[in-house]
Amino acid sequence: MAILAGSARLKEPTFGRQETMTMAPSTPPGDHSTPAAADAAPDTQDTVHGPASAAAYGQQPRVVAPRPLNSTPPPDTLKQWLRDMMLIREFEIRSMQAYQNKLAGGFLHVYNGQEAVAVGCIGAAKHKDPVVTAYRDHGHALARGMDPKVGMAELFGRIGGCAKGKGGSMHFFDANNQMYGGHGIVGAQTPLGAGLAFATKYEDEVINGGDNTRVSLCFLGDGAINQGAFHEALNLASVLSLPVIFVIENNGYSMGTATARGTAGAGHLEDKAIGYDMCSTTIDGMDVITVWQAMKPLIDWCREHSKPALVDMQCYRFKGHSMSDPRKYRSHDEEHGWESEDPIGRLANHLTETGAMTADDIKAMGKTIRGEIRAAVDWAKASPEPGIEELHHDVYTDTWGPYTGTSLPEFMQRRASDRGNG
Amino acid sequence: MVREIEFRDALREAMSDAMRDDKRVFLCGEEVAQYNGAYKVSRGMLEEFGPRRVIDTPISESGFAGMAIGAAMLGLRPIVEFMSWSFSLVAADPILNNAPKMLYMSGGQLGCPIVFRGNDGAGGQLGSTHSWCVESLYANVPGLKMIIPSNPYDAKGLLSSAIKDDNPVFCLESERMLALKGDVPEEAYDIPIGKAVVRRPGTDCTIVSFGRPVHFAMEAAETLAAEGIDCEVIDGRSIKPLDRETIAASVRKTNYCVVVDQSWSFSSVGSEVAAEVHRLCFDDLDNHVHRVHNDDVPAPYAWNLEQEMLPNTRKICEAVRACTYNA
Ligand SMILES: Cc1ncc(C[n+]2csc(CCOP(=O)(O)OP(=O)(O)O)c2C)c(N)n1
Ligand SMILES: [Mg+2]
Repeated sequence: MAILAGSARLKEPTFGRQETMTMAPSTPPGDHSTPAAADAAPDTQDTVHGPASAAAYGQQPRVVAPRPLNSTPPPDTLKQWLRDMMLIREFEIRSMQAYQNKLAGGFLHVYNGQEAVAVGCIGAAKHKDPVVTAYRDHGHALARGMDPKVGMAELFGRIGGCAKGKGGSMHFFDANNQMYGGHGIVGAQTPLGAGLAFATKYEDEVINGGDNTRVSLCFLGDGAINQGAFHEALNLASVLSLPVIFVIENNGYSMGTATARGTAGAGHLEDKAIGYDMCSTTIDGMDVITVWQAMKPLIDWCREHSKPALVDMQCYRFKGHSMSDPRKYRSHDEEHGWESEDPIGRLANHLTETGAMTADDIKAMGKTIRGEIRAAVDWAKASPEPGIEELHHDVYTDTWGPYTGTSLPEFMQRRASDRGNG
Repeated sequence: MVREIEFRDALREAMSDAMRDDKRVFLCGEEVAQYNGAYKVSRGMLEEFGPRRVIDTPISESGFAGMAIGAAMLGLRPIVEFMSWSFSLVAADPILNNAPKMLYMSGGQLGCPIVFRGNDGAGGQLGSTHSWCVESLYANVPGLKMIIPSNPYDAKGLLSSAIKDDNPVFCLESERMLALKGDVPEEAYDIPIGKAVVRRPGTDCTIVSFGRPVHFAMEAAETLAAEGIDCEVIDGRSIKPLDRETIAASVRKTNYCVVVDQSWSFSSVGSEVAAEVHRLCFDDLDNHVHRVHNDDVPAPYAWNLEQEMLPNTRKICEAVRACTYNA
């Protein structure tokens, strides 16, 4: 299947509900007569609310997100993204196996189907841009550069894990890679995302006396936008002019609830930004090139102007909400429709059709990745359980009573000593 | 007629009985209707009572808890399901600041007949944000009642009383017990809130516990019996009001007391029980009250750490031995 790079292709397949079929166009309305460069100021338009125009109330015209780019990144970048997405998929496949084999416990929420979102967004950001997300966090951590070994060991509850086995699947943290966690409480990470942006802006502007240089990416589910915290975070980001992009990973469902059953205005989520004077856009999250084309200018704009934005990123989770979900609330037809839009298949097709890779190249890549993840599983299995003394470690930074202070997890110590030796 | 049913079925029977009796009673919460409940507690209720009385809410705990409180102010009798009490923290203001104080703040004009219920405590490697034991945190607040059934029979009877109660009642269940089976009468019945029960009579040491840890206490009592220590196990059933009399009567007989509470020790249900036993049984005690709690750390994910953190049977046995000078 050929991919239509850069075009708005918000058509079928759709979620169970009618409302989501009438999606907002990915290119925002407004005057696009002059093509916007990546760093150009955004287009603006006068939005009319009810009988009186915005101007009549003395409001600013609405800020509109910059146009998506038309260009496609070089083949090497695309190959890297294919690798990243395949790595995430393989990681998740092995995570599910591990869960079934009782090597992992608790709740496991896999990212299959949504890989283009994390890879495309993070691909459009700089490594110094902070990332924070919810509990469906493996993809973001891996896209951010977390070593799959360390992620797998966390799933297995082992000392070699990113959080020494204390956090589990829902809490992948990697501070060196600017990955500020997986967070288990729905919506909790949205104010945190605003806070990360507050801090980068504060460091850049107040402490260093320069211009804002970083943009925070705050991912959340479509269900999370119904938490008060989301609305409070958007308002704060707007009034404090924080460089943060709230990316709604709109996969159509929060657990068994189709978006329109729990969310007013489900067919046009990006409009949630209007009341907060924030720019917003809707993006096809099943295609990594499209994600990048829309996110790159948006991130650049937020960075330059130190302003927030909201994104309705339309995607689909191929698996159940967690491992215990039989997915009775949606049809096989719907699932198959979305599976035919598999972001990995779409990029692979693009690469073969443009001659950048052959089918054999892709096969070989898959083989390498499977080996890498198998090695991660073996490494995680070999990593010991945390010692009982870990219970009272990392509770406080200092030592008192039963508490024994804190220390970096193994993989960060290793990294530090690698640097020391190098 | 008595049959063996699961804990979750017993909860549902209490809700359904109440909803058949009283149209003012309704159920709301995440996934309670079309999904039949995230933990299948409300299975079939949408079918019986329809979407006006079994209501799926968005993930907006503060919003729907507050909305239900508003409905109770006007005279309805809502049951609010939190998928987990861990998620009720998002709704702390309405459930702690509005519901329990409504009667007082209105000078007795109107109260808040509402039930909040859901899973409490460790669910099995869910990590620190999802493993809250809210009993100590919430029981501190005047104006609310708190029940914590440990078996299907109590679940039905206590929840039935809670729905009829004119005050806000917090019902603490446990994901780990929802599949637990027990004998439950088919017909409706009430168990009074604020009354404890002796689960196992004994002469040497009183073990007081609440909710799921009652089972750990019963296991410990078996182990200890083999060592010649005959424990009396009290299931508190309710945390607020606390049945001080039943506890004190037992301690006057055994002269030793161990409290098992799955929340953290600092300012806890366990410390409250210990203080009351010291006050009421000062002259009867042959040792100070010993306490077993979750370790004072956030709940870890790793299986071995979580097992160690809980007020497990081993820790209870050690506490009883230490308390009775058998260590
Ligand atoms: C405050 C809170 N309420 C409820 C839950 C239980 N819960 C976990 S995920 C989830 C659904 C979230 O859906 P969405 O935001 O769309 O994210 P997705 O799972 O689709 O990635 C629910 C209800 C929770 N973790 N936190
Ligand atoms: Mg969702």
